[in-house]
Amino acid sequence: MYEPVLLANIHKENSHTLAVYQAGGGYHALRRVLKEMAPAEVAAAVQSSNLRGRGGAGFPTGLKWSFLPKDHPGPIYLCVNADESEPGTFCNRVLMELDPHQVLEGIILSGYATRACTAYIYLRYEYPLSFRRLQQAIDECYGAGLLGKHVLGSEYSLDVCIHRGAAAYVCGEETGLIESLEGKRAWPRIKPPFPAVEGLFRKPTVVNNIETLACVCHILDRGVDWFRSMGTPPDPRDPRDPGSFGPKLYCVSGHVNRPGCYEGPLGLTCREVIEEFAGGVWKGRQAKAVVPGGLSTGLLTADELDTRLDFTGPVKAGCLGLGTAGVIVLDETYWMIDFLHNSCRFFAHESCGQCTPCREGTQWALEMVERIQIGRGRLVDLDLLLEIADTIGIIPGTTICGLADGAAWPIKNAIRKFREEFEDYIRRTNPAGYGVMEPVPALAMGEQTVDGRQ
Amino acid sequence: MAIVIIDGRHLEIRQGERLNGIQAAARLGIEIPHYCWHPGLSVVGSCRMCLVEMGIRDPKTGEVSMLPKLAPACNTPMRDGTVLVTDSEKVREARARVEEALLLRHPIDCPICDKAGECRLQDYHFQYGQDRRRADIRPFTSRRRDVGDNVTLFVDRCVLCSRCVRFTREVSGTSELMFTGRGAHEEIDTVPGFPLANRLSGNVVDLCPVGALGDKRFLYRQRVWFMGAHAGVCTGCATGCSTWIDENQDRIYRIRPRENPQVNEWWICNDGRYDYPHVHDPRRLVRPLRRDGQSLVELDWTDLPRELDRRLREAKPLGAVLSPFLSAEEAYLLATYVRQLDPAARLAMGPVPVVGEDEHFPDGFTVAAEKCPNRRGVEEVLAHFTGGVTSLDQLAAEVEHGAIHGLWVSGGYKNDWMNQPTAARLSRADLLVVQDLFPSPLSERATYVLPAAAFPERDGSYVNRHDHLQSVGWAIRPPVGVRPEGSLFWELMGRQGLYNARTMLSEVAAEVLYFHVAREAIPDVGVNLKVNLLAGTEEAKVGRKLV
Repeated sequence: MYEPVLLANIHKENSHTLAVYQAGGGYHALRRVLKEMAPAEVAAAVQSSNLRGRGGAGFPTGLKWSFLPKDHPGPIYLCVNADESEPGTFCNRVLMELDPHQVLEGIILSGYATRACTAYIYLRYEYPLSFRRLQQAIDECYGAGLLGKHVLGSEYSLDVCIHRGAAAYVCGEETGLIESLEGKRAWPRIKPPFPAVEGLFRKPTVVNNIETLACVCHILDRGVDWFRSMGTPPDPRDPRDPGSFGPKLYCVSGHVNRPGCYEGPLGLTCREVIEEFAGGVWKGRQAKAVVPGGLSTGLLTADELDTRLDFTGPVKAGCLGLGTAGVIVLDETYWMIDFLHNSCRFFAHESCGQCTPCREGTQWALEMVERIQIGRGRLVDLDLLLEIADTIGIIPGTTICGLADGAAWPIKNAIRKFREEFEDYIRRTNPAGYGVMEPVPALAMGEQTVDGRQ
Repeated sequence: MAIVIIDGRHLEIRQGERLNGIQAAARLGIEIPHYCWHPGLSVVGSCRMCLVEMGIRDPKTGEVSMLPKLAPACNTPMRDGTVLVTDSEKVREARARVEEALLLRHPIDCPICDKAGECRLQDYHFQYGQDRRRADIRPFTSRRRDVGDNVTLFVDRCVLCSRCVRFTREVSGTSELMFTGRGAHEEIDTVPGFPLANRLSGNVVDLCPVGALGDKRFLYRQRVWFMGAHAGVCTGCATGCSTWIDENQDRIYRIRPRENPQVNEWWICNDGRYDYPHVHDPRRLVRPLRRDGQSLVELDWTDLPRELDRRLREAKPLGAVLSPFLSAEEAYLLATYVRQLDPAARLAMGPVPVVGEDEHFPDGFTVAAEKCPNRRGVEEVLAHFTGGVTSLDQLAAEVEHGAIHGLWVSGGYKNDWMNQPTAARLSRADLLVVQDLFPSPLSERATYVLPAAAFPERDGSYVNRHDHLQSVGWAIRPPVGVRPEGSLFWELMGRQGLYNARTMLSEVAAEVLYFHVAREAIPDVGVNLKVNLLAGTEEAKVGRKLV
């Protein structure tokens, strides 16, 4: 039986207070590390643990820290990415609301390891309780000497500030976050230079997710071996695979009996997560499709539910990746065109508008899907949608950031894995025009809301 | 030295030279299409038109490994062994996709768009786009938004390259323009309450790769393919920006900056951009006139030079005022001519107009307070003849004392430059020849009033306040009845054939040490007289002796 680590405290009364956190052994790791370990040793421990970022891309955290210039006179900044806006994901919220001190301990430890002088928590605006609890926790820490000048009497000093975003998905992209933090439009920067070299205020910067930092805390508390004892080891056939180790928060939502945030080791199968954590699909129905890790990762079909939710599993099933392990379950009554419409609407709305392929491609896809949805679709639209999806993103190299890849994957997976359903829908709702190859008039104002299905 | 390979061709890049893919390819004559990148602005890499395939050549084995994905050439620094492929199927496909995407919401109203003919969207689509539309057919939209006194924005034509926004942030430093909305709803707008009102605002129209930003004074006036572009020099201030003068049938419709890294880089100010209406002003002097008693007689150019020559010979001692609006050659010719008639003739500098103070912009661009193009050139000509520079005031005093009987005043000023008292003092001369653009208190008192040519009508060289000499030819013909100064002086000197500014400049360069470096062909961007003279002082002196 797996014993929760990240969520160990959340069921306690007043779990967000310093007293309760310390009573449960909190800040023990920090005290020990500040006394016994040099920053480089902390970074080395994290690197040897093969901890991979929990924010979506799964980039090895220790490797990211190692890109910081070695003898930089400073300041070095730590940006904490709490702009959790991936649809289907809410694990950071649970951590920030119910155990903010665990997050802060991770921040202080990571700041110590990266020699950062200031940590900025970029917090999603829609999380007011997280803001209050985090701010309260920060105030408590300053009062207890855990933050500010000379943390716990050591040589290390750290300030933590919260910056509340203004509700934009693209602010979760690390350079978009940095731009937004600087007070600019959240337009991701073109790389190189990478943030580790030139980031916030043109200084070396590390951007890490809340859950990643919480894991850092436990790596130092319980040791690297404990961390590597769970999860999926590297694939021996792929020399570049660092493996998927450690605990992970799985967020399950959609058509399940008990939606919520659950903790388990990395590498559980999708079916285990749905059945054991979330109590199975609701109303006794079957799952038709499952989003494995947040909307942008794409779709698994009912046959692919035994996919392991680690950093490589969903890729093998044709998805973008593990993402944030935000599992969204769609039951058998759900129409894939509705899923696709919802997904396209989200990404067209959230595209920052900088790169031409993403700005225009997401909107084009949305307009086509809207037209299909109200019963004016053509079969050729599906090929066009696939072409758009295949050509936007950083994987083909046509955009600056990964938002476009995230927009492309639901389109690709939905159409490739459920093509028959789409074709059937188009033929049925548009019997006169489904075979038209010529351009058709765009929908006029107001037409988009007509529910034209039979 | 670094060697990069572009489409299989090798290019050597000097040590320390920083080029991106677009610049390096341009050296080989390979065009990489781009919208958002501009050499004078920061790199954003957002239009994605310059995508190319990139790879690295191993220096030891010579083996090339290509990256699997496309890379923007604008943000790809050229290092030793960098390999670019700009014409592969993959690259062509990516360009076609970008072109298709940009036309999704574009109104395609080229027939009524001012940019048509010099529009990148048009050109690139013709070259790299596909011939049929696959997207849904949208209703025509054309929203126009006023962004400032000079500039208007056609919202739907915009391709969101952000050049204009970056220009107001990085070059003019005024930050009036910004983006509103997000994604496909993104638009350019001004910050509320701050319309585009800086002295460089006209440049955003040139920067705009499509027809989104329009110049209100040029709007719907002329199709670009009807106009001829002539290299010019702005005579609005002592900076002397390089310009393109766009004319059709001797009428100027537009003045644009001409890239010149040594003077104005890529920009000009609005004062220079809109400096042409005076050229076509109906109040201009366009006939040579002679005052006979109270009446003015219109003259014919056929006999006039001989008549002037005779009258001047009779009116010794002579004086001449050299305007800072004259080209160096013209100033030299006038001074030589007057000195030829009267070796002791007095020579003075015309008034140098100064308005306000120099205005500096963050990018380094400067609008000078000194509002004439050639003070340095005329000063050096004067110094050559008289050993110093006499002011107009000193000369007027000599006229008052009766030391000068015959006076030639060259003008060419765009606005009121002569006040009544000075005009009264100068008019004490028995013979007063005034050559000017507009009637002035002085021309009302003159014996002979000669029409002057405006700046786009004359050949010649101007020396800016940093001793940078630029030579340009005429862009339009002067109005009927106007004879450019150079050709008149040429005839007065009794020279054969037509006036030729280039020959004249060689002569000046041979005679006046300051102009020595101008003895050879002048490049398009001009040449700095002082720097080159200091660098080659000895050689210059020897050279002068040889001549």
